Amino acid sequence: MAPTSMAQALNAALRDAIAEDERVVVFGEDVGRLGGVFRVTDGLQASFGEDRCFDTPLAESGIAGFAVGMAMAGFRPVVEMQFDAFAFPAFEQVVSHIAKMRNRTRGAVGLPIVIRVPFAGGIGGVEHHCDSSEAYYAHTPGLKVVAPATAADAYSMLREAIDDPDPVVFLETKKLYWSKQDIELPTTTEPIGRATIRRPGRDATLIAYGPTVPLAVAAAEAAEEEGWDVQVVDARSLVPFDDETIAEAVRGTGRCVVLQEAPGFAGVAAEIAARVQERCFHSLAAPVLRVAGFDVPYPPPKLEHVHLPGVDRVLDALARLQWDDQPDAKWLDGVRSQEDAA
Amino acid sequence: MEWLPSSSPVRLLEQPDPDYALPEASRLLAAYRAMVIGRRFDAQATTLTKQGRLAVYPSSRGQEACQVGAALSIGADDWLFPTYRDSVSLVSRGIDPVEVLTLLRGDWHCGYDVPSARTAPQCTPLATQTLHAVGLAHGESRKGNDTVAMALLGDGATSEGDFHEALNFAAVFRAPVVFFVQNNGYAISAPLAKQSAAPSLAHKGIGYGVRSEQVDGNDAAAILSVLDSAVAHARAGNGPFLVEAHTYRMEPHTNADDAARYRSPEEVEHWQQRDPISLLERHLRAGGHLDDATAERIAGEAEEFAARVRTRMQEEPPVDPEDLFRHVYAEPTPQLVEQLAQLRTEQEAL
Repeated sequence: MAPTSMAQALNAALRDAIAEDERVVVFGEDVGRLGGVFRVTDGLQASFGEDRCFDTPLAESGIAGFAVGMAMAGFRPVVEMQFDAFAFPAFEQVVSHIAKMRNRTRGAVGLPIVIRVPFAGGIGGVEHHCDSSEAYYAHTPGLKVVAPATAADAYSMLREAIDDPDPVVFLETKKLYWSKQDIELPTTTEPIGRATIRRPGRDATLIAYGPTVPLAVAAAEAAEEEGWDVQVVDARSLVPFDDETIAEAVRGTGRCVVLQEAPGFAGVAAEIAARVQERCFHSLAAPVLRVAGFDVPYPPPKLEHVHLPGVDRVLDALARLQWDDQPDAKWLDGVRSQEDAA
Repeated sequence: MEWLPSSSPVRLLEQPDPDYALPEASRLLAAYRAMVIGRRFDAQATTLTKQGRLAVYPSSRGQEACQVGAALSIGADDWLFPTYRDSVSLVSRGIDPVEVLTLLRGDWHCGYDVPSARTAPQCTPLATQTLHAVGLAHGESRKGNDTVAMALLGDGATSEGDFHEALNFAAVFRAPVVFFVQNNGYAISAPLAKQSAAPSLAHKGIGYGVRSEQVDGNDAAAILSVLDSAVAHARAGNGPFLVEAHTYRMEPHTNADDAARYRSPEEVEHWQQRDPISLLERHLRAGGHLDDATAERIAGEAEEFAARVRTRMQEEPPVDPEDLFRHVYAEPTPQLVEQLAQLRTEQEAL
């Protein structure tokens, strides 16, 4: 067992995939000699040559559209979009073509493309470097969308994404690139489409993915001091989504908070909350709550700590879940006064 | 100055050109036949739209030299990346006309078998397919094949970012792609002057290092000759080639458009005088390669072709609601399996 960072695990996954399958090609901006701005593609060009790992002109729509043609020619492109918001010029190619080619051709042409998107914030980046774009992709049928939160998952899920016959938007949490885990590579974790329990607990369930997984674990540890035994579920895969594991987890606790870093309105957490509610209504002792970023453009570095959900915001949400024990909770007063007015 | 296109569009039917040879008469006769059939198909599709059998049809009447030239200048193993206006090109390529009309009829988004036809689905967003052509051409050449990809686009598409990214990628990777711009004068209602201030659209290749040429889009001989040399250039490993054809769309953008609002009858009449089929027919007759009997035979073939399309389009092939879920992912997600069950319940209740 060796301490391995998520960036190293991703690098190893790319390295192994290129070595094992001659159809795999890695390309994007600065992925060649530089090894990517986060060094995820470090050394790949030196080891495998420019045919297998190459720099493209600086044009994200070009990268995505070029990947469509490469995949039609039988390759398995793994492309890097340098930063989340830099991928937006490629949005049309991703949603209108990459997501739909299998459908348009009645299954005759699948596009096994992996779009690696370094996403989310908390790294002190200036604007356009810290956005959370998962809802845009998850809302588009035809794309799979995953967000690993551990080095082991990063390795295993990237290998699986590259082997997948369908396009996968692979969201890499920037602030977790350097987080380490004692693992032996290669490793295989749960398949894409499955959630996993990161921490057992009886009193409430926190559902997280990507950047909010370590936050959920930290909040659960802090809650322990308040005497709450809090469970943490890592959704891992947003599309396909593991309704079963997550519903079962929530039924076991009866209380649920969904965490995301992205603005809350119309976000993935809202979708998860709705799905949990539909499946667990009779087991719930409290409404499903969301903890999210504010509905504001991603803030400048000196304000991001205000915007991003932290342990306190999660603990506040957990406190609100105790409403049946605390009928005078403030938020309920608000609901009651609205009802009285109506 | 080898990158610079000719100062005026290449023409061959009415005058010789020092750089381009007149194609052989047999090839021109084959093009003539395909153009006559293509125009009849186009007219039939327009009628089917008026009858409500097609949701919409973007006519390419007047652009037959371009449509047919594109199909005839590439080989069976080459790839075509067409737009919604290029149905005649697909018919000339030998794709079943009813399968070509599937998109516009509303049965599915693409009716033909893309891999075996080596023809991408007809693209509705502008210029996005040009990047697919570049990626495919690069991929095929990486595999050691001498496949050429031809991307079709209109003048409006040259304003889109993807067109510029595609030219740049193609030049940097020396991808064997031919960008064939059919400049038909209007992007729906916006005239060329509102699209571009460049001396010609062919000039747009220069800045990217893409060899470019402009050609009279209503002169089938010039189209064939220029596209032949562009395809040969790409196939030989010399990188991409951009061809701009100056042509004119005689019909409105689609049946939903009112072209009288933005162009004059005089302008349409001017182009009517340069009808691509008439130009070629005059040339073939003058050279003794076409007589009344042959012209009548070809016209008869075109009528039969249209009649077959008409008959087959009167059939209403059943659509299968479960197809909705079959082609989203290779394996449906649990969510889609649930929704399929819901759909079945809904269908059984009918």
